[in-house]
Amino acid sequence: MDEKLPPPSPQEQEQEQEQLLERDRISRRSFLMNVGLAINAAVGVLLAVPVVAYILGPVMRRREYLTWVDLGDAAKFNPGETKLVSFRNPFTNEWDGETANIPAYVRTAAPGRYTVFAVNCAHLGCPVRWFSESQLFMCPCHGGVYYADGSRASGPPERGLFEYPTKIENGHLLIEAGQMPTLSNRAAVRPCREQSQPTLVKRIAPCPGTDEPTIG
Amino acid sequence: MSWYRRTYDWLERRLQLEGPIKDAVLHPVPKSTASWWYVFGSASAVLLVLQVVTGILLALVYSPSASHAWNILQVLNHQVPLGWFLRAMHGWGSNFMVAVVVIHMAQVFLFGAYKFPRELTWIIGVFLLLLTLGMAFTGQVLRFDQDAYWGLAIGASILGRVPWIGGQLVQLMLGGPIINGATLTRFFALHVFILPGTLLVLTGLHVWMVVKLGINEWPMPGRLVRRETYIQEYNELAHKDGLPFFPGAAWKDAYFAAAILLAVAICAAIFGPYGPTGTPDPTIINTVPRPDPPFLWIYTVLSYLPPEMETPFLLIVPPIVIAVLLGLPFVAGVGEKSWWRRPVAVFTVMFLAVCWASFTHLATSTPWSPKMNAWSGSPIPTAFLEHRTPLERQGANVFQEKQCRNCHSIGGSGGERGPALDDVATRLTEDQLIRQVLLGGGNMPAYGSTLSPPETTALVRFLNTLHPNYQPAASDASRAVAEQGGGPPASTVEPGNGQHKTQ
Ligand code: FES
Repeated sequence: MDEKLPPPSPQEQEQEQEQLLERDRISRRSFLMNVGLAINAAVGVLLAVPVVAYILGPVMRRREYLTWVDLGDAAKFNPGETKLVSFRNPFTNEWDGETANIPAYVRTAAPGRYTVFAVNCAHLGCPVRWFSESQLFMCPCHGGVYYADGSRASGPPERGLFEYPTKIENGHLLIEAGQMPTLSNRAAVRPCREQSQPTLVKRIAPCPGTDEPTIG
Repeated sequence: MSWYRRTYDWLERRLQLEGPIKDAVLHPVPKSTASWWYVFGSASAVLLVLQVVTGILLALVYSPSASHAWNILQVLNHQVPLGWFLRAMHGWGSNFMVAVVVIHMAQVFLFGAYKFPRELTWIIGVFLLLLTLGMAFTGQVLRFDQDAYWGLAIGASILGRVPWIGGQLVQLMLGGPIINGATLTRFFALHVFILPGTLLVLTGLHVWMVVKLGINEWPMPGRLVRRETYIQEYNELAHKDGLPFFPGAAWKDAYFAAAILLAVAICAAIFGPYGPTGTPDPTIINTVPRPDPPFLWIYTVLSYLPPEMETPFLLIVPPIVIAVLLGLPFVAGVGEKSWWRRPVAVFTVMFLAVCWASFTHLATSTPWSPKMNAWSGSPIPTAFLEHRTPLERQGANVFQEKQCRNCHSIGGSGGERGPALDDVATRLTEDQLIRQVLLGGGNMPAYGSTLSPPETTALVRFLNTLHPNYQPAASDASRAVAEQGGGPPASTVEPGNGQHKTQ
């Protein structure tokens, strides 16, 4: 069992390869090879289009993500109270499980005047907790604190809580929801209508005293 | 010829691997590199292999489904025999890997190993570090619990701060408008295919270059790196004063690899697997999300930055840090390698190490977070209530009820967000206390709209008793003067805590 499979020595191999390459430099074969490469490049680009579109799929559907969600009978929210509610996100698959249940705070400042806050802290999205005794929202992550009307009280957030647009239909409270609020959807800080605000206040609470919603 | 020799020959004639392997393993290295300082690179690779193996074993059971992942982790922890141990090995292996990779990086930095001709080895190393951190973060997500959910929320909120394309980036990261099943499958693909694939390829290149360019020699003060002469000098060092890598230097790597694997196993056996914490249900908002150990320092930084610095810090500092790391070998590619002659390098490492350690330590106690249940869980120690008037005691009630305790400690318990109030009366006069409570300020919310006038009075009366026996409460001299109709007060000492002794 004495097999002979001697490898060519590296130098020989290289010389051989070089000679072959040299011979083929300008020939039909090398032309065909170049065409072959070009065809592959073209096909590659062609295939990249659907791949990229597939990856960007969630981004391109962007506008469809918002819809009106029913939070139930508006009468169940007592004036002067802030209540934690939850709703099923409108764009959801069965296998999303509990992650599709989205919480929100409904504040009833006066009969019929509802403000719905996202639980996500305006700093980095942690869930703020409501303390009815001190009328404050406190964030467990980096210590952000908000007043009952959602405006910033202290800590690292640079603005107040995100608010959902609300409306009342047939006695039901509806909010426009469907995506996680961050500083870059319509929840972003927008210039307030009154220009007279001192800059400090503006930084602390974007539009104090207005009902302007900040989530979109 | 024995049968195994014949089998070996038969295989070797076809594979022809003996030559390259011998070349790689027996290549001469400078004697000085056979040091315990040089074991961290190989240990990182060994830990990578451990992570791949334990990861594959976990993948036998895991399923990246948002509605099932958490339950499957419970099954792994409690039903699959030794499932808990493999989860623990993978989790602790991850911590060790991040640590060893960072130590390796600090070591090659201090030894000047990033200089000519090993610039590309360093650059790939920087990417290996980023990939390792990426693996740690995506791995935390696959442990689909509350921490994972809110970790994703933090990640998305950071991306949301990117100007113009932030919204698109968030959706790209989450795979949709919210954190849900699509998010988990994305992070599964990242953690199981994309990142480890890249990690393995780059590790291969990294090691290949170490073999081809030689292990960095022990730096000597005064032995400068010059592009013209370095290779020749190195080869002389390796051949004249060298030894074959195997076994001359490799035995230390082997010992250390075994030790580190054992350490991972011991930690896994003693401390067990990470979580999972509560289910990834966003409606459970009574949660205190915490990042995994490698990211605790970021958590501290984000808590202490002033609000207007958050976005610039999050968006500008990471690219700068990466650019500095990548640019390092081009800026300082030649010259002195020894740490004795590179004080800036040494102090940079020491400074970063101290910062990292103190930030991480702070993140374990999170003094910036309100203690959410201190108001109901930590009563005021009775020493602060003895010999108080009913009004003052009522004030203590208000103090407790209005959740002041969540941020202020008394007698050593309570939140640390605001200052401890054990002796607040020595710092603020009654008027100042009233003002501070009603208007807030200095990071304290205003309580003007939450406290009725009687509550405010009671609260401030209570706060005014908070001073040690030997030190009077602060008082406003001009007020005393006004109250007594002119003339200085007889004594500024007011009775305080333990007032029965002084009277
Ligand atoms: S996420 Fe709320 S303070 Fe940072």
